[in-house]
Amino acid sequence: MNLKIVGSDSGVALHKRNPGFPLDMDWLDSVVMNRSALERRAGTIGARRSVKKTHQAAWLLKAISLIDLTSLNSDDTDGRVRRLCAKAKNPVRSEILHGLGASELEIKPGAVCVYHNFVATAVEALDGSGIPVAAVSTGFPHGLSPLKTRLLEIKASVKAGAKEIDIVIERGQVLSGDWLGLYKQMQAFREACGEAHMKTILGTGELATQSNVGKASLVCMLAGADFIKTSTGKEKVNANLQTSLTMLRMIRWFYEETGIEIGYKPAGGISSAKDALTYMALVKEEMGTKWLAPHLFRFGASSLLTDIERQLEHQVTGRYAVDYNQPLV
Amino acid sequence: MNITEIFENLDYGKAPEDAKLAYAYLKEQGSFGHFIDGKFTKAKNTFPSINPANGEELAKISEGTKGDVDKAVKAARKAFIGWSGLSGFERAKYLYAIARQIQKNARLFAVLETLDNGKPIRESRDADIPLAIRHFYHHAGWAQHIKSQFAGHEPYGVCGQIIPWNFPLLMLAWKIAPALAAGNCVVLKPAEATPLTAMLFAKTCQDINLPNGVVNIVTGHGATGAAIVEHDGIDKIAFTGSTQVGKIIRQTTAGNGKGLSLELGGKSPYIVFEDADIDSAVEGLVDAIWFNQGEVCCAGSRLLVQESIEKKFIKKLKARMNKLRVGDPLDKSIDIGAMIDKNEVERVSNIIADGVKNGAELYQPKGNLPNQGCYIKPTLFTNVSPCDNIVEKEIFGPVLVAMSFRNPDEAVALANNSAFGLAASVWSENLNLALDIVPRLKAGVVWVNCATQFDAAVGFGGYKESGFGREGGAEGMQAYLKRSWEKKLKPHENNQNTRSKAEPAALVSSIDKTAKNFIGGKQVRGDSGYSYPVISKSGQEIAQVSDGNRKDIRNAVEAARKALVWGNKTAHLRAQILYYLGENLDYRKGEFAKRLRQLNGLSIAKANKEVDLSIERLFAFAGLADKYDGKVHNPPMRAIAMAMNEPMGVIGICTPENNSLLAPITMMAAAISMGNPVVLVPSKNNSLLMSDFYQVIQTSDVPAGVINIVSGEADILGKVLSEHDGVDALWFAGAADDCAIMEAASVGNLKQVWTSGGLDYNWGDNEKMAGEFFLEKATQVKNVWVPYGV
Repeated sequence: MNLKIVGSDSGVALHKRNPGFPLDMDWLDSVVMNRSALERRAGTIGARRSVKKTHQAAWLLKAISLIDLTSLNSDDTDGRVRRLCAKAKNPVRSEILHGLGASELEIKPGAVCVYHNFVATAVEALDGSGIPVAAVSTGFPHGLSPLKTRLLEIKASVKAGAKEIDIVIERGQVLSGDWLGLYKQMQAFREACGEAHMKTILGTGELATQSNVGKASLVCMLAGADFIKTSTGKEKVNANLQTSLTMLRMIRWFYEETGIEIGYKPAGGISSAKDALTYMALVKEEMGTKWLAPHLFRFGASSLLTDIERQLEHQVTGRYAVDYNQPLV
Repeated sequence: MNITEIFENLDYGKAPEDAKLAYAYLKEQGSFGHFIDGKFTKAKNTFPSINPANGEELAKISEGTKGDVDKAVKAARKAFIGWSGLSGFERAKYLYAIARQIQKNARLFAVLETLDNGKPIRESRDADIPLAIRHFYHHAGWAQHIKSQFAGHEPYGVCGQIIPWNFPLLMLAWKIAPALAAGNCVVLKPAEATPLTAMLFAKTCQDINLPNGVVNIVTGHGATGAAIVEHDGIDKIAFTGSTQVGKIIRQTTAGNGKGLSLELGGKSPYIVFEDADIDSAVEGLVDAIWFNQGEVCCAGSRLLVQESIEKKFIKKLKARMNKLRVGDPLDKSIDIGAMIDKNEVERVSNIIADGVKNGAELYQPKGNLPNQGCYIKPTLFTNVSPCDNIVEKEIFGPVLVAMSFRNPDEAVALANNSAFGLAASVWSENLNLALDIVPRLKAGVVWVNCATQFDAAVGFGGYKESGFGREGGAEGMQAYLKRSWEKKLKPHENNQNTRSKAEPAALVSSIDKTAKNFIGGKQVRGDSGYSYPVISKSGQEIAQVSDGNRKDIRNAVEAARKALVWGNKTAHLRAQILYYLGENLDYRKGEFAKRLRQLNGLSIAKANKEVDLSIERLFAFAGLADKYDGKVHNPPMRAIAMAMNEPMGVIGICTPENNSLLAPITMMAAAISMGNPVVLVPSKNNSLLMSDFYQVIQTSDVPAGVINIVSGEADILGKVLSEHDGVDALWFAGAADDCAIMEAASVGNLKQVWTSGGLDYNWGDNEKMAGEFFLEKATQVKNVWVPYGV
C-alpha cells in the first residue's frame, strides 16, 4: 500500500483524473467492513445532523446540482428524453429561486442519464446548456453481454457525445473472487471511455457482503474508475446509507493512499428531499464539504427533483406544496 | 449568512428543538415538593435546578429531611402489603401504563431532560427516553410472570434507591421498573442536579392511578440520600453513583441485613485489534467516550490499540474528533452538550491540565466553545502510561486516554490493570480472537465490535470496584427478589448439637499430631509457630492445630490467585474432581464419622449422616458444575447478547461451628464447582476435621492452590480475608456481630460478601443448600454483546 504518487495535500486547485494503479492484492485482503457498525453509523446520521430553513433551502439547491437526472425505462422514447432534458435546463421555477433570493445561482443538474439509444437526442436537446450527458452502458443493467459488444457499446456512446459512461461490473466476478478478471475488465472499459469519465456501477445489492462492496470499490478505483456507483436501480436492494458508508470510506482510504479523489454516486430509491439531505450530511461528515460537488458526488435519481421542488416552494410560500404543480420531469 | 453563501459552504446552521411547552410546564409548576403517598408535598427548603447550558434557573426543588424520608418510607411500607399482594397481571398493567404514559409525553420528558442535564436533545430523544420506556415495557412482562419465573422468591419490601444525574430518567427506570415488577415499593432520590424528569414521572404515576405509596420520590442532596440508606424501614438499597459513595453505603449498611446493589464507576477499556474495521472502531469511540459528554459510568475511556495500527488509528481519530460539534444541547445537530455544572467543568479541566503538566500529549479540536454554559472540548491524551493519573482514575468527562499494546495477552493485561471492571469493548473481525479475549476481561459488560449498548433485557453491572448486582434482564430481577425461606430464617442458637456419649480421643489416633495449614497443595507450618489444642467433647486434648495468622492468609491467597486458571478448566474436569473428592471421602467415611463424634459428641447416626450428606453434597455440586448455565438474551437489534456465568475469582470462606463437616464442604464445593479457588478457614474447634480433609484433597487430583485451608480464629482471619484486595468474594457463616464486621471490612475492593447474618441455616436441607443458593454467589454475570451480519 505504498502508492502515494500524487502529493495533493496542497488543496483543491485542480481535480486530477484517476490514472489507475496496479492491482494490490495485499491491500484488497486488508479490506474489512463490519456491517452492524456501519448500520449504526448510517442509522444515526439523519438524527445527528439536521438543516432547517434557509440552510435547508441552500442544501436542497445544492442537491439539485448533484442530481444525475435519469430516465432508464424500457419504454423511453425520444419525446420522453427531450422532456427530461427540458426539465434539466429548468430544474427550479424562476419564481421559487427568486423567492429564495437565489436567482443569481445557476442551478442545473450534474448530468442527464439515459440509455445509449437516446444519447444523441439528449446531446442535441442539451446543446449549449453545459449539462453533460451520461450513458448507461456495457449491457446495463446485468453487464453480461459479450465483452466485445460491451466495449463497442462504450465507444458508440462516447462517439454519440456522452461525456460520462455508467458501466456495470459483472457481479459474478466479485462473488467468485475473480478480482484480477474484474480489474482487467475495468481497465479495458476505462480505456474504451477515453476522455469520457467512467462511473462504475457495482450492483451492491447483489454483492452479498459489505466487505465485497469494499473490495469491489477498491478494484474499480485501482483500475481507473472516476466514480463508483451503487446500483443500476434495477436490483432488489439499491442505494442505502450503510453501503454508501462502505463505499465512501473506501474512496477516503484510496485518497489517503494515492491522493486521487474519486466520485461517489448512490442510485436507486433516493426519492425524498429528506433522504437527499441525509446523504449529503453523511458525505459532509465522512468526506468533508469538498466532496459535495458535482465532480465528486451525484445522486442517480428521477423523482427526487420533484420532491425537492415541493420543499423549496414550501420554503418560499409557507404552504405545503403538491407535486402536480411542479413541471413534470 | 445568505443562501448563496450557504450554497457554497454548506454550513449546518441552527436546528433548535422547540422548548416552549417544557418551559410552560416549568412555569406552571414553579417549584416542586416531594412525591409521597401519591401526593405532592408543598415545596419547602428549596434549592434551584439549573440549566447547565446557560445557567438559568429552571425550577425550585425541595431539600428532603429525615422527616420527609420517614414519611415516604411509612407510605411505602403501608402500600407494600397491597402492592405485593396484587396478581402479577395487575402489576403488569400498571407498568405497561407507565410505559405508555411516558411514551405519550416522550418529547416533554426529552426536552426537560436536556434542559436539566445539558445532554444533546438527540440523545435524550433517541436514547434516554426510549430506553426508559422500553425498560417499563420489558418489566411489565416480568411482573406478570414473576411467580413462574422466580418460584420461591418474594420481594424485599421497601427499596431505597439513589440515582445519579447523568441519565436521570433512565436510571430511575432501571431502578423503579424491576423493583415494582418484583412487588417492592420504592423511595427514590433523584440527583439534586437533575430532579425534573423524576417529578414529571411522579405525575405520570398519578396519571395512571398507581396506588398511593408504591412510588415515593424525595428530592435533596447527599444528606437526604444518607437518610434513606440509614432508615430502618428500608429492606434494600440500590445505588448508582461514585465508587466513593458506594463504599460509604457498603459500610453504613454492614450488618443490618439490607439487600444491596451498587452500580459504580469505571475506566472501561476500548480494545482495537489490527484486524478490526478501523473506521468503524473510530466511530465506535464516539459512542464510547463522547456520548453524554463522557459523563457515563461505562464510558470507553481507555483506548488500547494494537501497535501496528496505532499511528493510523490516532490520525483517523483526530480527524473524527474535528467533526464533533459541541454546543447548545437543544440544537439537533450537536454531538456534545453541556457538562452537568460549573464544578464538574472545573474538576475535569483541572484533570486535563494536570495531564498536560505530567507530560501527556493533548489533542483537542480547534474552534471555540460557546461563551456561556458548561462546556468542555472532546479531548484525547496520547503518550500516557498506566502510571499516569489520567489513565488510572475515572475522569467522568469527554476525555480519552490512548495506549498501545503488542499482542492479545498484553491487551488483556492492560485492560484488567484497573480497580474497576464495569465494561469493555473489543474490536476485531476475527471471531476467534474476540471470543478468546472476552472471557479474560474482568468486566460485567463486554461489547464486541460496538460500544455503549443498553437494553432492558440485558443485564448491566460491574466486576471489582465497579459494584455488584445487575440491572436489566433476569439477572436484574434477581436483585429485587429474595428467597422466601431465607426471609423466614431465625437467629442461630449457639448451644448446638445434642450431645451423646463422647468418643475417647484414643479412638481416632494415638500418634502425636500437629495439623498444619494446607496452602498451594502442600501442608505447611503456620507462620506464627504457635499452635492451639483441639479439645474433644469429653475434654481431652486430641491434637495441636496450627494457629494461623494474617501472613498465612496472605500466603494462602497468593496460592489461590496462582490457581485462578481453575476457572478456565472445563466444567467437566471440575466435576470429575469433585466426584473424586466424594469418592475418597466415602472411602474414609468411618474415620470422619469418628472424628465428628470425638469433636462434637454427635451420635453415631448423626455423625454418619453428616458424612453421608457431605459426600452427597460433593456429588451435588459435581453434578451442577456443567449445568449452571448462562442465558442468551434478546435485545431489539441483530445481535446475540450472552449472559455468561463466570467465577468470582478467589473466594474466602469462613465456616460455622455447626455442621462442621457439611457446611465447609458445601461452601467449598459450590465455590470450586464454578471455578473459584478458595481460602477456607474452618471454625476454630473444627479445624482438625478440615486438616483431616486435606488428606482427601491430596488424593483427589485437586490442583495446587485451588483449595487452601488455614486454621485459626475465624473472626480474625475472616477480617483479614475481607480486607484482602486479592480476595474477590467472602462467605462468612458466624455470629451476627462478626458478620457485620466482615461486611464493613470489605470496602477496600468492594468484594461481594455473603454472611449468614447470625441466622440459622439448615445445612442439611438439600433442596435449599445444594444448588443455586451458593452457585449464584459463586458466579457473576458477564453480558457479552455480539452484533453480527455481513
